[in-house]
Amino acid sequence: MRQNQLTRENFHVFQANAKNALKQSRTVTSVLICAGTGCIAGGSLKIYDNIKAECESRGIAVYVGLKHDSDAEKSLHVKMSGCHGFCEMGPLVHIEPLGIMYIHVKPEDCHEIIEKTILGGEIIDRLVYHLDGTAYPKQEDIPFYKKQHRVVLENCGRSDAEDMEEYIAKDGYAAFEKALFEMSDEEICRTITDSGLRGRGGGGFPAGKKWESARKQTAEQKYIVCNGDEGDPGAFMDRSVMEGNPHSVLEGMMIAGLAVGASEGYIYVRAEYPLAVSRLKTAIEKAEAFGLLGEHVMGTGFSFRIHVNRGAGAFVCGEGSALTASIEGNRGMPRVKPPRTVEHGLWAEPTVLNNVETFANVPLILRNGVDWYRSIGTPTSPGTKAFALTGNVVNTGLIEVPMGTTIREVVFDIGGGIRNGKKFKAVQIGGPSGGATTASREHLDLPLDFDSLKGIGAMIGSGGLVVMDEDTCMVEVARFFMRFTQNESCGKCVPCREGTKRMLEILDRILDNKGSLEDLDLLEELADTISHTALCGLGQSACKPVQSTLKYFRNEYLAHVVDHHCPICNREKPHPIIDAEKCKGCGKCRRNCPAEAITGETKQPHAIDGGKCINCGACVQNCPFGAITAAKEG
Amino acid sequence: MEQQLKRVREIASSYENDPANLIAILQAIQTEFKYLSEEALTLVAQALEISPARVFSVATFYENFSLEAKGRHIIRVCTGTACHVRKSQPIYEALHQELGLSGKHCTSPDGLFTLETVACLGACGLAPVMTVDGEVHAKMTPEAALALIADIREKEGAAQ
Repeated sequence: MRQNQLTRENFHVFQANAKNALKQSRTVTSVLICAGTGCIAGGSLKIYDNIKAECESRGIAVYVGLKHDSDAEKSLHVKMSGCHGFCEMGPLVHIEPLGIMYIHVKPEDCHEIIEKTILGGEIIDRLVYHLDGTAYPKQEDIPFYKKQHRVVLENCGRSDAEDMEEYIAKDGYAAFEKALFEMSDEEICRTITDSGLRGRGGGGFPAGKKWESARKQTAEQKYIVCNGDEGDPGAFMDRSVMEGNPHSVLEGMMIAGLAVGASEGYIYVRAEYPLAVSRLKTAIEKAEAFGLLGEHVMGTGFSFRIHVNRGAGAFVCGEGSALTASIEGNRGMPRVKPPRTVEHGLWAEPTVLNNVETFANVPLILRNGVDWYRSIGTPTSPGTKAFALTGNVVNTGLIEVPMGTTIREVVFDIGGGIRNGKKFKAVQIGGPSGGATTASREHLDLPLDFDSLKGIGAMIGSGGLVVMDEDTCMVEVARFFMRFTQNESCGKCVPCREGTKRMLEILDRILDNKGSLEDLDLLEELADTISHTALCGLGQSACKPVQSTLKYFRNEYLAHVVDHHCPICNREKPHPIIDAEKCKGCGKCRRNCPAEAITGETKQPHAIDGGKCINCGACVQNCPFGAITAAKEG
Repeated sequence: MEQQLKRVREIASSYENDPANLIAILQAIQTEFKYLSEEALTLVAQALEISPARVFSVATFYENFSLEAKGRHIIRVCTGTACHVRKSQPIYEALHQELGLSGKHCTSPDGLFTLETVACLGACGLAPVMTVDGEVHAKMTPEAALALIADIREKEGAAQ
């Protein structure tokens, strides 16, 4: 379809055809292979190739895209989908309409999948998720998915991310079309305000309020910027949305463009997400070819273009003014506010800057209405939130739950509790800008929403939930985050540049068991100063992990500074043991040890220095006499 | 070098010599030559009609840019939160030892490997992870990492 021919009627015809094609496609078996970063790392592209090759060798005809009336009868769809979220179990293969989900699929399993499941309708028990002796062949029955409420991520994992027709068949771009022809800019802003949508990037600022103030600006040129610089270590929600449902991000930005009167949009994506960049670029090309992006969209006066900018590795660029500086081709350093980004943003023009998940929520709100949106979540934090659940928890992955779900539900029901039967200790919420919560009942039953978390000194941040077990020293965790922020401090303002460095030195000293009680006071004083005087959000929140661990896990600090012995850090680490009876003193283990932790004379029994050993197991593998026993998992 | 600078000029003009595209230009140069040489940076400044200082300031600000030549294979160990709590540090240490690195040098003496860390690859469900030349390896252990190195060395040896 040529761009200049596209009208509203054409769109409706296309949409109707797409819906029909989707309906027809549903009558045919589909094999969906997860092509998120996680599953690709596990070899899912090879699985895709093998399934295709297997079909070819058997003469099974496979559809490309949706099934249309004009297509000849074929027997199978083979698609690459976005992230299912259960990355731990990847590579994942989904079979519709049977609703079967196979986990840990290997390329060599493809033959069997085609033979037994596709042709025979039989479930292969070996590839099905099992828990406590029960098999869960269907995705929706698996406890990890059961408590989730997937709205934003619904199409990730169920659709081919690169197929725009499928997105339109599932009501994609319908919200944009409605906004374009039926709503005024004011109405769009009001709808977003009424929905109570709050920015998913950290602070939870009401999106409608932001849009409304940008709309009121009189500048000729305004910009929409999407923040895909998901820099928090331990967070990958935005990556999954950009990879799995890129059109929803574009649609949200286009609606924002309509609402505030902008004609240019930028998506700033982390350099570490090459797949997200390529999926977004493909999506933009397709939308342009279809005439949804570009000049005079659907024959109206509205023009909108979207550019993709790749970051170059600077955490601070997640901060609004640093991000716009980086798009302009400068060092990504924040500036003093006000003026705020909505008044003085990219190229000094009014700019709406929201994060990926926020934009992905927008089409859903316009399509399903404010009441529907408000029926999910809590009154002050409506909707759902995607979290990256990681750390020492049984089920790690990407989850989406209504706002207000408790930490207990997330960690124990969805996450399946702590790995290896250990005890739960803490959850770090919001990465280096957030805080830790404890195992106390009060914290476990705390609803995950913007306001409740602020009350205990944590924040949703971008949504990383890192679960820690009893073997994690919280002082070490605090130092980990402090080292991260210190490393990423851009150096513009003194409190952050110098202050975080001093805090890191103190934490190093404490962890070396050379600290004193005064050090704790000094930490608190520095944290207080930095959080009040740093220039940007990165610096202001840099001390939160230290402050919250000092508050809730003071005992662990005291163990370091008073007893000078931490029961976790200083306990003897497990390491392999050499049986002196069996050891012939050949020296093979000594030569192969990467840490030079093994000593001994030739033809004499060797020994391992527990202090130096990194427990890599190289010696165990290399011993020709089976004299070395591996350390137990600890 | 002449050839290289010619390419740099081409890259800059493919981005319309626009200073707003400075980061993208540097990324393209780095992808092609694995690092940013002083000559290349100076030439970019000329082409974009901005001061060399500005080009250097951007090149040194972002972590992805390297002003030093890198090894043939780039290994990045993830030290993000999830990988950290699932013990990525021993992997880094084992590689560091194996490659004979010391202090600030992160490229092995034979020029085969450069060892780096990365804050988070977003593959936390598969922690700990590392990448070798961009390919993600999941659920790593120090021994598996050393095996990967041995593999590459063998292939390199066979190629010579």
